[in-house]
Amino acid sequence: MFRVTRRYTFAASHRLHSSQLPDEENRRIYGKCNNPYGHGHNYFLEVTARGPADETTGIAAPLAALDSLVRREVLLPFDHRNLNTDSDAFHEAVPTTENLAVEIARRLKRNWRSAFPGEWPILEKIRIEETTRNIFEIKADEIE
Amino acid sequence: MIITRKIEFSASHVCRSPLLSDQQNLELYGPAANPNGHGHNYVVEVSLAGDPDPVTGMVLDLKDLKELLNREIVAPYDHRFLNYEAAPFDKIVPTAENLAREIWRRLEPQLRGPRGRLHSVRLYETADLFVDYSGEQPCSE
Repeated sequence: MFRVTRRYTFAASHRLHSSQLPDEENRRIYGKCNNPYGHGHNYFLEVTARGPADETTGIAAPLAALDSLVRREVLLPFDHRNLNTDSDAFHEAVPTTENLAVEIARRLKRNWRSAFPGEWPILEKIRIEETTRNIFEIKADEIE
Repeated sequence: MIITRKIEFSASHVCRSPLLSDQQNLELYGPAANPNGHGHNYVVEVSLAGDPDPVTGMVLDLKDLKELLNREIVAPYDHRFLNYEAAPFDKIVPTAENLAREIWRRLEPQLRGPRGRLHSVRLYETADLFVDYSGEQPCSE
């Protein structure tokens, strides 16, 4: 059994602000991330697929299929976007990287079988670096 | 405790299966199917699981591990064309998966010490692609 991990990058802006909290409270909780004009990051995303290697090809996760899935579900919708305004997922939910990780994991899990029609590989986990210091990881079986 | 030693080697390879057509190889392996080959700076992280010896404070002497990795990985692979010069890659495709498994097979029998055992092999083909292999047991955690 192998775990194959592919690393991608996208650049996006966001503002951390909850409409359910007063402005003062937002400023207190999110600090400079609450700046009304937003700010941006170079995110790095690692997607890990788990499965056995095909005996003929020596491949556990066909990279062309993985790349095209991630391009369609993550890079096209999020790269060079404003997460708050350009993504339906964050009109209500705050685009913290926790919530972004959940959203990306959901998107990949929902569309996984269209990219990989067989039993293997499965989506094991994703990991997002918001900056080199802030890193978020979620296993696919943690989400519905 | 898990301890990890990292090594690097540079090698060329071609990813194409003789059982597939040119078109199928290209679709599956992409540019890696170029028959003339291409190369990578591979990075291998070898991790051992074990408890430190109460006297030495070490799971395994890292000098010994370094020598083992040089003998089993760097010597046969560094500055080689894997398909032509490093068995079994004359018979199986030198994908990152197959390389990780071959490295595991070479190391595992020699890392069954009383305190440290081979835990996993992580092979980076590039900074953007790596494979973890921990033997054939189911890897649910």
